[in-house]
Amino acid sequence: MLSLFLDPLAYDFFLRALIAASLVGLVCAVVGTFMVLRGFAFMGDALSHAAFPGVVVAYLLHGPFYVGAAIASVITALAIGWVSRRGDLRSDTAIGVLFAGMFALGVFLLSLIPHYVGDLFGFLFGEVLGIGVGDLIALVLLTAGVLAVVAVLWKELLYSTFDPLGAAASGLPVEWLDYLFLALIALTIVVSLQSVGIIMVVAMLVTPAATAQMVTRSFGRLVATSVVIGALAPIVGLYLSFWLNTASGPTIVLVETSVFLIVLTLARLPSRASRALVESA
Amino acid sequence: MVIAAPTTTVAVRVLGVSAGYDHRAALEDVDLELPPGSLVAVFGPNGGGKTTLLKLIAGLLRPWSGSIEVLGQPAGQAARRIAYVPQAEQVDWSFPVSVWDVAMMGRYARLGAWRRPGPADAAAVSAALARVGMLDTRASQIGALSGGQRRRAFLARAIAAEPDLYLLDEPVTGVDLTTQEDLMALLQEETARGRTVIATTHDLAAAAEHFSTVVAINRRIIAVGPSELILDSELLSRTYGGHMLVLGDRAVIMDDAHHHDVASGHEQHYHEGAGERR
Repeated sequence: MLSLFLDPLAYDFFLRALIAASLVGLVCAVVGTFMVLRGFAFMGDALSHAAFPGVVVAYLLHGPFYVGAAIASVITALAIGWVSRRGDLRSDTAIGVLFAGMFALGVFLLSLIPHYVGDLFGFLFGEVLGIGVGDLIALVLLTAGVLAVVAVLWKELLYSTFDPLGAAASGLPVEWLDYLFLALIALTIVVSLQSVGIIMVVAMLVTPAATAQMVTRSFGRLVATSVVIGALAPIVGLYLSFWLNTASGPTIVLVETSVFLIVLTLARLPSRASRALVESA
Repeated sequence: MVIAAPTTTVAVRVLGVSAGYDHRAALEDVDLELPPGSLVAVFGPNGGGKTTLLKLIAGLLRPWSGSIEVLGQPAGQAARRIAYVPQAEQVDWSFPVSVWDVAMMGRYARLGAWRRPGPADAAAVSAALARVGMLDTRASQIGALSGGQRRRAFLARAIAAEPDLYLLDEPVTGVDLTTQEDLMALLQEETARGRTVIATTHDLAAAAEHFSTVVAINRRIIAVGPSELILDSELLSRTYGGHMLVLGDRAVIMDDAHHHDVASGHEQHYHEGAGERR
């Protein structure tokens, strides 16, 4: 029985994948909590898709993919922020236009490459088992950077998320914090691309916080709960994918989705029971 | 520690200001001077520019023309000496913060990015919550509060910031009479200490009873003066225009109590960049 858990650890690639996916889950959960509270779920989806042309260009130039992904994603994030702040377009419209356009650009560039590029498809659906030592180091550094910024600006991000007008009036640089937060989302997505892929990153960002929201109404516990879910789900998911021989990214996401559905069901139960009581009384 | 504020003879000076959102003007050619220690109610019809005026003074909105001086500095520069409380309906009450968390936010700007709240901040927050009568409710999530308790919690945040200028958007709208009396008594205490309070209100009775100065506004300043002005039905009719019916000796204002000020999604926040990074 124990060997079921220990055997996979004999493989270096599995160990690397465990560390990588767990870190990705953790940083996604932290940034995702602020995203969910700001109503930014769609933004997460948009920025991950927008990273794709950056990945393809990096591949064409033989550069590191995260640099390309970061540039494309951060530029898109700032462009969305700028367009929606100017007020010419609603922000969801701006997101819709830029997100599809950037992804199309990525697929277009991909189609220009004459030979088969399996590597790039890994970025669409995630290939955490393929993470190398260099990738892992970059991932650790980027994760540490994002978490450090959130830790330093914790209360400023909280205040400007909760009450941007009150925060700005008290002198917090709210506009600057908004742009910074968009950049943090973009970097978090870059960190996550290899593990879960462009299409499913949004689940890593949103699902843990959405799950945690059902069990607590305190901000500290909300973040703590989503971090626990975010860091543990990839471990469970990776073992499942190893045993079942399934794709790792989708398996991780499905673990998070299952936890969400279970908590949703449990959270509904007491209220249904109390409603039944009220109706029978 | 009390740091001496620059001595000023006016708390707020607005000169020739026009402002609005997109290309729609909400205020035109506004002049207004309020001395320190004023307890000011701003009233007028929906869309008349009450909230816009508050946001201009708070530095949340940049005027199209004219100048605004607040506490002796251009608007937006004295942010740490200002506490702004938004309308209740602009707040996400499902947000996972407690009464204590909200009041503590009043301390954030003075702390700066690197410092965590310390014992002095906890003491200030406790004192503020005690003054609004919310110390026992400090652990409650804000969505679990009554309308009156919600206003009390936000006023505690403003008090905890120890500001020289309170900007309150509809602080007594939709609250019970006890809360209204308590909050107004508190604001009177603050003005007695030389702080200035500017509040928008729909409640003319409250404005007449509790405030010392009233500002009637409908895109322009209609009148500024002592609160007895509110009893002047000719002034009311000029302020509310077609929204008012005069029935015998009573004026009935046909205006609902909800906020219809023009879209406010993209104010210019312009504190940053001017040496205001703390």
